[in-house]
Amino acid sequence: MSAISVRDLRKSYGTDEALRGISFEIEEGEVFGLLGPNGAGKTTTIEILEGYRTRDGGDVEVLGFDPGRAGSAFRERIGVVLQQSQLWPNLTVAETHRMFAGYYEHPRNVDEVIVLVGLAEKRDARVKTLSGGQKRRLDLGVALVGDPDLVFLDEPTTGFDPAARRAAWDMIRSLRSLGKTILLTTHYLDEAEQLADRLAVLREGVIIREGTPAELTAGSNETEVRYRKDGQDVVVRTTEPTKLLQRLTAEALAEGRELEGLSVRRPTLEDVYLSLTAEHEK
Amino acid sequence: MRLLRHQLKWEQRLFWRSRESAVFVFLFPILLFALLTAVYNGHIDGRPASWALLAGMIGYGAANTAFAGLAITLVSRREIGILKRIRATPLPPAVYLTAVLVSIMIVFAIQVASLFALGRLLKSTPWPTHLLSLVLSLALGAAVFAALGLAITGFIRSLEGSSAVLNVIVLPAAFLTGSFGPTRHYPKVLRAIGDVLPLKYLLDLIKGIYLHGQQFWDKPLAIGVLAGWGIFGMAVALRTFRWEPREG
Repeated sequence: MSAISVRDLRKSYGTDEALRGISFEIEEGEVFGLLGPNGAGKTTTIEILEGYRTRDGGDVEVLGFDPGRAGSAFRERIGVVLQQSQLWPNLTVAETHRMFAGYYEHPRNVDEVIVLVGLAEKRDARVKTLSGGQKRRLDLGVALVGDPDLVFLDEPTTGFDPAARRAAWDMIRSLRSLGKTILLTTHYLDEAEQLADRLAVLREGVIIREGTPAELTAGSNETEVRYRKDGQDVVVRTTEPTKLLQRLTAEALAEGRELEGLSVRRPTLEDVYLSLTAEHEK
Repeated sequence: MRLLRHQLKWEQRLFWRSRESAVFVFLFPILLFALLTAVYNGHIDGRPASWALLAGMIGYGAANTAFAGLAITLVSRREIGILKRIRATPLPPAVYLTAVLVSIMIVFAIQVASLFALGRLLKSTPWPTHLLSLVLSLALGAAVFAALGLAITGFIRSLEGSSAVLNVIVLPAAFLTGSFGPTRHYPKVLRAIGDVLPLKYLLDLIKGIYLHGQQFWDKPLAIGVLAGWGIFGMAVALRTFRWEPREG
């Protein structure tokens, strides 16, 4: 069953078309990544699904609700981490969780949630004393305290140092193992590749590619061959790597020289992403 | 009801734990009262000066707490994204705002009680007699200022300027309407400005009840003008109140 179903979603701000008819489905228990550069329409999409923004056209269903009209019953079942938001500086971590827990019919145990997001040691610390990464984990804890079926994460690791990002990824994986459906936006490719079961690449309000990370890279059947010749780097992209390698090695052998710095590489998601977004820039 | 009680409990905890709100909103009018009664002697409006100053400071407290204090709280929560965050939870927006309003009324009630107690202690001011009338007046006044406080949040863009903007409104208003002393000797123009402000009519009610033994319903004009300001505030608030921070 679909947790989220989006058909031909459109949204304009004045004359600026932020979303030009996008469609996608997210299955229950799936981690879906919405990937794209800044201004591609990721936040607009996620905020329409969360119920913050109205849409201009198209059909949207989230957990069987129309988020544009849904009320408390819908909000009982979603958890939201906003791109930028702070919480009360003078409350402690535990108090902040308890306050939010009181809004839900069936909240999770507050202490369990605090452990889950790795803030057990900071349980009684005031929010204003937390580091940036810890505050972000608090955001996540508060999003989970209502025991949601669906979690929205809008750029959850933007501004993190590498260690904090790894920790956040582990946390998101643990959410997945709890069976939560997760919609994640990011402009980091490695993040999408690491976390998402499927992803959609959004650019200028259009989905330009969709699939599993493996499918996205498989879509490009070029292989990159690099080597050095006369001190110069040579890069060749080919759809027939076997033939190319045979020719190169034969030449090198005949001339009695080495193919220095030889590497053969499948394109990474990053290559695909950059070539996709570059195509659209033309 | 359960949600309202829950939120009210947390609103109270948030208020008293923040040094800014506890000092500037709650304590400031009380300190000002102590200061003014120390320097004013003699009589105002035919009563001992401390009685009139007590009435004036309750009016100023209503504006400072229900208008400025409420507006600063809501603007700061809006700008750091708390209001937006709250809207993603099942807590209904109306319950949330009600809790915030009731909470600020509780703060004001404690402030009024403290002012009477302090007046008694320092200057032997009498306890109020017509309690029902006083409560009705203060509830109406606080509600009107809360409506105006909600309305003005839509015009305050950032947290940085908010307390300056609000003090530029509240302090002169309190001065012009006689919170800090009689206005009889003020130039006509200043008195005319004071005469349209809601605080003037709240002070009329409080002074009538506390100084002259009148009742709430003896002042239909004051009640009418206050209600008018309240309706105006609500109408503006409904059009301009925002839950989300300004973009960018």
